[in-house]
Amino acid sequence: MTEKTFDTVSDPGMETPVIHVSPSPHLADQALTTQRIMLDVVIGLLPVVGMALYVFRLYAVKQLAICIVSCLAAEALFARMRGRALPLKDFSALVTGIILALSLPGPAPWYVGVIASFVAIGIGKAIFGGIGMNIFNPAMVGRAFVMIAFASALAASGYQDVNSSVDAVTQATPLDTFKQTGAVAPLSALFFGLTNGSLGETSALACLIGGIYLCIRRSASWEIPAGVITAAVVLGGITNLVDMDSGWTVLHHLFGGSLLFGAFFIATDPCSSPLTPRGKFIFGLGVGGFVMLLRLFSGYPAGVMFAVLLMNSLTPLINRWTIPRPLGAQ
Amino acid sequence: MAATQTQTLKNGTFPHGVHPPEHKEFSEDIPIEVVPTPSKVMLPLLQHVGAPSVPVVKAKDVVALGDMISKGGGFVSAPLHAPIAGKVLKTAVSTLPNARHVQVIPIKADGEQLEGQALFDDVLGGEWSYEGIDQRDPQEITDTIAACGIVGLGGAAFPTHVKYTRNDEKPVDTVLINGCECEPFLTPDYRVMLEAPRAVVAGALLVARAAGAETIIIGVENNKPRAVEVLKQAAAGTGVQIAVLKTKYPQGSEKQLITAVLKRETPLGGLPLDVGVAVSNVGTAAAIARAVLRGKPLTHRVVSVTGAGIREPKNLLAPIGISYQELVDFCGGLNASAARIVSGGPMMGFAFANLDAPITKGTSGVTVLTAKDVRKAEETACIRCGRCVDACPMGLVPTKIALASRAQDVDLTQRYHIMGCFECGCCTYICPASIPLVQLIRTGKAQVIASQRK
Ligand code: SF4
Ligand code: SF4
Repeated sequence: MTEKTFDTVSDPGMETPVIHVSPSPHLADQALTTQRIMLDVVIGLLPVVGMALYVFRLYAVKQLAICIVSCLAAEALFARMRGRALPLKDFSALVTGIILALSLPGPAPWYVGVIASFVAIGIGKAIFGGIGMNIFNPAMVGRAFVMIAFASALAASGYQDVNSSVDAVTQATPLDTFKQTGAVAPLSALFFGLTNGSLGETSALACLIGGIYLCIRRSASWEIPAGVITAAVVLGGITNLVDMDSGWTVLHHLFGGSLLFGAFFIATDPCSSPLTPRGKFIFGLGVGGFVMLLRLFSGYPAGVMFAVLLMNSLTPLINRWTIPRPLGAQ
Repeated sequence: MAATQTQTLKNGTFPHGVHPPEHKEFSEDIPIEVVPTPSKVMLPLLQHVGAPSVPVVKAKDVVALGDMISKGGGFVSAPLHAPIAGKVLKTAVSTLPNARHVQVIPIKADGEQLEGQALFDDVLGGEWSYEGIDQRDPQEITDTIAACGIVGLGGAAFPTHVKYTRNDEKPVDTVLINGCECEPFLTPDYRVMLEAPRAVVAGALLVARAAGAETIIIGVENNKPRAVEVLKQAAAGTGVQIAVLKTKYPQGSEKQLITAVLKRETPLGGLPLDVGVAVSNVGTAAAIARAVLRGKPLTHRVVSVTGAGIREPKNLLAPIGISYQELVDFCGGLNASAARIVSGGPMMGFAFANLDAPITKGTSGVTVLTAKDVRKAEETACIRCGRCVDACPMGLVPTKIALASRAQDVDLTQRYHIMGCFECGCCTYICPASIPLVQLIRTGKAQVIASQRK
């Protein structure tokens, strides 16, 4: 066989290929990007958003619009201040905006949403160095700030507007009613979400549909909601056994308040939750456990927020405890 | 060894791993073709794990096919044999795809060559008889394997005789023959299983006899049902079992294969021998059969030249030492869309540009990828999603190791078992933030080694 020259180069009418050298692996899962994961979260939130719009009408429209616009504006502003390229394309600010809006009561005044958004993005995320660097769930940081700054607007009474034309808003929230009067909301109302509460927390069904979508797509780690639900069932079950007469059953605990919304959409924020499957489950157990403790022993309406923030702060520790055992290690 | 019925073990697997596109379609159905003898071959003295071999020929010597041209440079080493008849040229230096500069012995073709079907029949074809294998002297088998320069043909190129030499402290009870071929694109092992199944089984029986192993299992992924069929036929009555494994990357990695088939965990930093297992690739098994039963040294191997960037993908029987350029030319050259040339498969292979380099005993193929294959998003921040953790077949936390490597925190990388990483690439493959995890881990390993030298 004679020596040949580079066939391709001598071939008329054909471009010379440009060959790059780069370290292995030479393939990447091209369907899987941060942007796609965030987009999945937005899709998963749609049933909840839809339910919020249906139950709370204009309250929901207004709150969502305020928070989304403010979060996007804040993201753009802080990125510019840090001299970064506009990171809006990863959709994470959009996700923060929607979750924040859904975690607020409909009647909360407009400036609450705006301030919560700027705090969420600015303090919750930007000062840590942007997405991936933050320790706390940004939306919950914003929520906590306004909770303290505008205590009355966000206390149990802040959910209620007796003169409203929207039915749900005229009632007290079911958890609050139960605390005050011992009256138990019908399970079906909690499940379908026709009760008062934060915009996103009312319909267990919507949370389950969106949340299960996220878990199937693996854009949320199923271990986290599994942990939350396990803790709620166990602790709720125990209190049920202790107080057999209470009409507020385990299912009321699961479907009422923002437990499921928090389990599927808030606690699952990857940046502020642990890395390993075992760590994720422990994190979920912690969130669920704290939510139940707050529910049982305090009248605070925002248990999920505190539970998530608390567990966020424990995440580095959990990561350290749950370093997996490598294959073949002792 | 009792000649029991051929058993089939089903659907074993290992934890974690990824599912990259398989892309075997380019070359899987193309029968092995014999490359015409090239005008020149270059044989690197070091093309295996261990000590370089030592030349026993000098320039202008005339060599025939199969003559020894260098001898092993120690126990963990392997000799080289002339893959063509010709004249030895002056020793030179070449840069291999793994970026190592190595001394090479060039041989210029001269005189009558073994070509075409005759060559195929000599290497893989013809009759393979199992008769008398169980009577052979074990030591003689390993000696022949050593003398014939056989190393692992799956890519690692570890000298084969070392694994099968009897060792009373660490006896081998099971021989695993690896027919997984989990790297995307590559098909040389598949073709060997289809076209020379009896050579594979004969090789398996020989090494089991050498090592004194009772159990022999050939592991094949369930995306190769035809290979499973022909191997079952070839193994009938020999006691060799076939394990059909789930198709998942890196199923063909030694430790993962052992976990999948035998449910044994090779100790971290240890060898299969530590759990009584020796693993060889199917191509190696066929080369062993040829060495022991036909007295022929390792001079040729099957390589795939494949991928969307190559005009006519093929499986070739090629002399070791032929240049990549000649293989590519023989397959019609590159397409205009070619963007990356990889020695080996896309997950663990080396991208290179020096096509004048020779192929070695460990070269399983050339994969030519297009821009579409290698497209990669820009690196963004780690979102701590844990997908790399879920993908790592070694059970490591790649993101932590990689970020600690980037921060040059040697202690932290070791606390996360950086040296347990075998650079399979699953973590980088899956990372949604396109972080070059493996690359960072490689740097981290170099830092660890540097710190231990101090
Ligand atoms: S897969 Fe990538 S983004 Fe996810 S935790 Fe690992 S390194 Fe971070
Ligand atoms: S390259 Fe290393 S760290 Fe990454 S998945 Fe493979 S073994 Fe694990």
